[in-house]
Amino acid sequence: MDSAGYSRFGRPPTAITSAKIVIAGGFGVGKTTLVGSVSEIEPLTTEAVMTAAGAGIDDSSKVPGKGTTTVAMDFGRITMAQDLVLYLFGTPGQTRFWFMWDELIRGAVGAVVLVDTRRVTDSFAPIDFFESRRLPYLVAVNCFDGAPRYAAEEVREALAIAPEVPLMLCDARQRESCKSVLITLVEHAIQSLRLEMARSTRGGSPVMR
Amino acid sequence: MEAGQDPRGALVRPYAVTRGRTEPQRDIALEAILLCTGRGQQEARFAGRDKHVIASICDGRAQSLAEIAAYTRLPLGVARVLVADMVAEGLLALHEVMGFEDADGRMEVLERVLSGLRRL
Ligand SMILES: Nc1nc2c(ncn2[C@@H]2O[C@H](COP(=O)(O)OP(=O)(O)O)[C@@H](O)[C@H]2O)c(=O)[nH]1
Ligand SMILES: [Mg+2]
Repeated sequence: MDSAGYSRFGRPPTAITSAKIVIAGGFGVGKTTLVGSVSEIEPLTTEAVMTAAGAGIDDSSKVPGKGTTTVAMDFGRITMAQDLVLYLFGTPGQTRFWFMWDELIRGAVGAVVLVDTRRVTDSFAPIDFFESRRLPYLVAVNCFDGAPRYAAEEVREALAIAPEVPLMLCDARQRESCKSVLITLVEHAIQSLRLEMARSTRGGSPVMR
Repeated sequence: MEAGQDPRGALVRPYAVTRGRTEPQRDIALEAILLCTGRGQQEARFAGRDKHVIASICDGRAQSLAEIAAYTRLPLGVARVLVADMVAEGLLALHEVMGFEDADGRMEVLERVLSGLRRL
């Protein structure tokens, strides 16, 4: 890599690694709230443009104009060390926004699917997507006031998720609650990677992502 | 943030900024960190308004492509084209994201992320 003028002060360049976690779920389920609860910056927004063809993120074969849609992503940041930054990307889970999902999950630690028990079906599409891409994910039920309370097992059954997928209740407004959601996700991602590594040393096929 | 006060706001015809180019010189991840180089500090002001703004956003601060797009209010694809140019021109240094090819390297980053979250 070009290190031209990397440092006027003669310090060696430090490599800074960044990682990301995806927060998915329907509109109003609390994605931005969750991001804001743990982010060190006010959640920011960036927009990606899709052409009518929907061929890809900011589709490179056409200049945006008529027939384009944009999808807004909210994101936050946690600087973990001088050389390590974690980003949280919140994005709507509707299938019509999937043009950017492959890019969004590429290299991601994993995903949190936020669920509102009043609109459980909103979470079907992201769950299908993460399962098909074999991205580690967990389900977090955001407990809105006045929403029906179900036992975790009832939600698990309604969503038909595998027993190894963590499922937890959370309050997206509470920092500690969001922290434990993220910690559980990363533990799950580590566990999944361990299994994957064990499988591949036994000659299994590598995971496609 | 000075970039946020761009009077053109979100109304700028996006790909006019890149002179119609929509294909970045290299693929840059949303979360990839960029930092202004010494050359960027010296020369970005001659590279046009948008690149100058981007260089100052990343001057002494590690900022991701997503943050650059948000602060400049450019659509992600446009910001990516400009940033890729600036990396090629030596105005910005591009850092590595957690990959998925190398399982051991990935495990190391995951462990660090986990302990970072526990410390929050
Ligand atoms: N009662 C309650 N309200 C919440 C919770 N999480 C989010 N909200 C509210 O629900 C609304 C939508 O949240 P938002 O984060 O914008 O949803 P998004 O569309 O998924 O980003 C906001 O008014 C939040 O204040 C929660 O855990 N409990
Ligand atoms: Mg939101």
